[in-house]
Amino acid sequence: MAATNNPPLLEVRNLRVEFPTRRGTLLAVDDVSFEIAPGEVLGVVGESGAGKSLTGNAIIGLLEPPGRIAAGEVRLEGRRIDNLPYEEMRKVRGARIGAIFQDPLTSLNPLYSVGRQLVETIQTHLPLNAAAARKRALDLLKEVGIPGAEHRLDHYPHQFSGGMRQRVVIALALCAGPRLIVADEPTTALDVSIQAQIIALLKRLCREHGTAVMLVTHDMGVIAETADRVAVMYAGRVAEIGPVRDVIKNAQHPYTKGLMGSIPHLGERGGRLTQIDGSMPRLNAIPKGCAFNPRCTLRGQRCLVERPELMAAGASRAACWLHDSRGVGAPIGKETVDA
Amino acid sequence: MADWFRRAADSDIWWSFKSSPLTVVAAVATLLIILVSFLSPLIAPHTPFDPGSLNLSDGLKPPVFVSDEGDWTFPLGTDDQGRDILSSIMYGTRLSLVVGFASVIVAMVLGIALGLVSGYVGGAVDAVIMRIADVQLTFPAILVALLIDGIVRGLISVQRHDEIAIYVIVGAIGLSFWVQYARTVRGSVLVEKNKEYVQAARVIGLSPVLIMVRHVLPNVTGPVLVIATLNLGLAIISEATLSFLGVGLPSTQPSLGTLIRLGNEVLQSGDWWITVFPGATLAALVLAVNLLGDWLRDALNPKLR
Amino acid sequence: MLAFILRRLVQSVAVLLAVGVVSFFLFRYVGDPINAMVGQDTSQQERDALREKLGLNDPAPVQFFHFLVNAAQGKFGLSYRTSEPVSRMILERLPATLELSFCASLFVLFFGVPMGVYTGLYPRHWSSRLLQAVSLIGVSLPTFLIGILLILFFSVMLHWLPSFGRGETVDIGGWTTNFLTRKGLEALILPSITLGLFQLTLIMRLVRSEMLEVMRTDYIKFARARGLTNRAINFGHALKNTLVPVITVAGLQLGALIAFALVTETVFAWPGVGQLFIQSVQFSDIPVMAAYLMLIGLLFVVINLVVDLLYFAVDPRLRGGGTARAGGH
Repeated sequence: MAATNNPPLLEVRNLRVEFPTRRGTLLAVDDVSFEIAPGEVLGVVGESGAGKSLTGNAIIGLLEPPGRIAAGEVRLEGRRIDNLPYEEMRKVRGARIGAIFQDPLTSLNPLYSVGRQLVETIQTHLPLNAAAARKRALDLLKEVGIPGAEHRLDHYPHQFSGGMRQRVVIALALCAGPRLIVADEPTTALDVSIQAQIIALLKRLCREHGTAVMLVTHDMGVIAETADRVAVMYAGRVAEIGPVRDVIKNAQHPYTKGLMGSIPHLGERGGRLTQIDGSMPRLNAIPKGCAFNPRCTLRGQRCLVERPELMAAGASRAACWLHDSRGVGAPIGKETVDA
Repeated sequence: MADWFRRAADSDIWWSFKSSPLTVVAAVATLLIILVSFLSPLIAPHTPFDPGSLNLSDGLKPPVFVSDEGDWTFPLGTDDQGRDILSSIMYGTRLSLVVGFASVIVAMVLGIALGLVSGYVGGAVDAVIMRIADVQLTFPAILVALLIDGIVRGLISVQRHDEIAIYVIVGAIGLSFWVQYARTVRGSVLVEKNKEYVQAARVIGLSPVLIMVRHVLPNVTGPVLVIATLNLGLAIISEATLSFLGVGLPSTQPSLGTLIRLGNEVLQSGDWWITVFPGATLAALVLAVNLLGDWLRDALNPKLR
Repeated sequence: MLAFILRRLVQSVAVLLAVGVVSFFLFRYVGDPINAMVGQDTSQQERDALREKLGLNDPAPVQFFHFLVNAAQGKFGLSYRTSEPVSRMILERLPATLELSFCASLFVLFFGVPMGVYTGLYPRHWSSRLLQAVSLIGVSLPTFLIGILLILFFSVMLHWLPSFGRGETVDIGGWTTNFLTRKGLEALILPSITLGLFQLTLIMRLVRSEMLEVMRTDYIKFARARGLTNRAINFGHALKNTLVPVITVAGLQLGALIAFALVTETVFAWPGVGQLFIQSVQFSDIPVMAAYLMLIGLLFVVINLVVDLLYFAVDPRLRGGGTARAGGH
């Protein structure tokens, strides 16, 4: 499925995002690397605070100050975009990279009709006159499945339901035919019954347009249904990345295993849901060595001091010494942990 | 007590105070102005409103640092009656501060009381109090204060009015600023009223007054303090404005506003110091108080940052 | 929408009635209308006859009704101080106050809104911080002090602008205007700045904080993600949303200008209704005070209604309430 032998559409290399605060600098995204091929759907999962949304924001160049990219680079179709001047990056956003945010209720300007917001986006990026832009806006609304699109064009956001608004948001993201869409929790704020519709719509549109998607979510179910590959993030780092089927069926990182164990599977009776003890460390208290080590049941001495990079693990890549030839080192007792 | 100090010194409020130099300057300036003005009977070089001590030949002396005609006995110059400007300012500031604090207290007590009653009793009482508040809010405070002053003038004689002018003006300003407190307290009462611990207290038969004082008031201390600080600046301005308009404190008992009015009458002749120094004192005082109020608001409401 | 406006109208009438009650009590019970109308040597009998004739012995509600009927026709009786009809005194002076308030409003809007937008868009820039600091000083300076300082500087020291009065006015069918002569326009400058400065800082600070608030919203972030130009975002999306709350406050503040004008008019010896009111307070000229109160009440009610209508123009959520959610899924 994933066209891994084509040159990548998006390339993220050693990305670091920092937040300077009055109590020191927080490292919110630490040395994150991944690629997305044209037309591919990459799922990014993790708990809140794992750095997945910030990675998305860094890619579209909309980190909120004082957050900033401290190191690494982002390349789109081979062109470096993380250091572009604001005006250059603006022309990339919307045109080459679309974005969808979590809450459709607040993503649309309440004072402008959806038609006006569509037309304005289209005319910003495409050389169309008002009539042609309006025509395109109408086509987009039809394409995202808004009934009675002709007269809904002049309606205001408050006249649409949540699911309909998210459809409008998707239409807005697709306005200028972007190559990549960064979708940040696109269904979290919606009713469960509507989530599936929106995901199906997103998937269908992207397949038809050949648009790649970076799908940021904490919902493993959505990933399983939609993504080609998945990156699991933990405490600002990528813990594991690989084809979605492999990661789900045969997780390589203890954290991913725990994550999969906490999802109920239909048709699997009797099995107990497991959960990972403890919680993700705060950004100002990330442990030395592997960030997951305090919660890991398989750790060794090496995990306390040495930080694992991503390494080959089965069909995926995982940042865990279990997959290193030297292993996790000498075993440790529970009681020595806090020292 | 020592424990209290340690906790105070450790708090976020103190931290934000220390880290804002402007606020520290404003606090020091406010304290300094309060201290100097309240000590004025002891430290002022003259007693400017004792007619016996005035000498017309001292009249209209310019400040020492602008002209050779100046006299070190009157460092900021004198007015046409020969009154020392510096001493007048010290005494005037004291009056302005007294009126300011007193009217803030009047407004606060009235507002909190009406807010508690309005929120707790509800129904028609609430509706009446809040509609009065709405109507009053449509009129600028200064107009309300002027109106109250005008009514009192209509009811009593002129001489009598001069005697009680300070109480009239405190009442007038106090009555024109109660609405904000009442609304804040009422809102808080409405929130607390339905919480379980208040219901429980009611069930075990504690008196409503006790419940309100024990449980609701602590919750509104912060906002009320912010309103009070910002209102102190407004109250001082209102007093000065009323006195300037000639309906506040009489010239036998001059506040900063009265001094500015007296100076304004001779402004066209270019004797600027009679007006400018009291004006600058007034501006500095209000600015310092406003800076403190702004800081307090931000410190107690981190969301705004 | 009709229901909303009707409700607002009812509220307005209620406010006017409340103001009317206060005015009536002032008029009837604080001052004694008889004392004001007759000389010292009028006998008690004559006074009683007059009292009866004027209906002052009627029950209070009846008198209140008469008072309201008269007020609606602009009849407020005679001034205690000058024995002129109150309505004429007020009408003569109204143009001066309205023109002054109008110019001050223009000054406030033309400087306050752009300054607020600028400081809201670039809150960290040094010039924004400077404006913020200056605005705090502006809030701390009482209006009359600003006026005095302006007079001292521009009139007494530089002799550039007049310090009192309206200069030359032209009478157009009973409306005296400053706008048609150079001297009249010059005379407007200092009072307008004085009157407007406090509201200007207020509006600037309000626009700034609203702008900061709006710039943090999701739809602005989404507008950026759509690659819209800064101009479209700042002056289209952000400014329009900022205006919604600003309109209310601005409307009320500009209304307040008319009432606040009384301080400025005193400083500049501006012959408007505010100055008249101050003189009335000093002499406790109750009929004039009552009439002024009703006038200000009426102005506020009218301004409130206009503000509500502007709301409809700006915010579609109020207009299209009926069709909300009609789309379904």
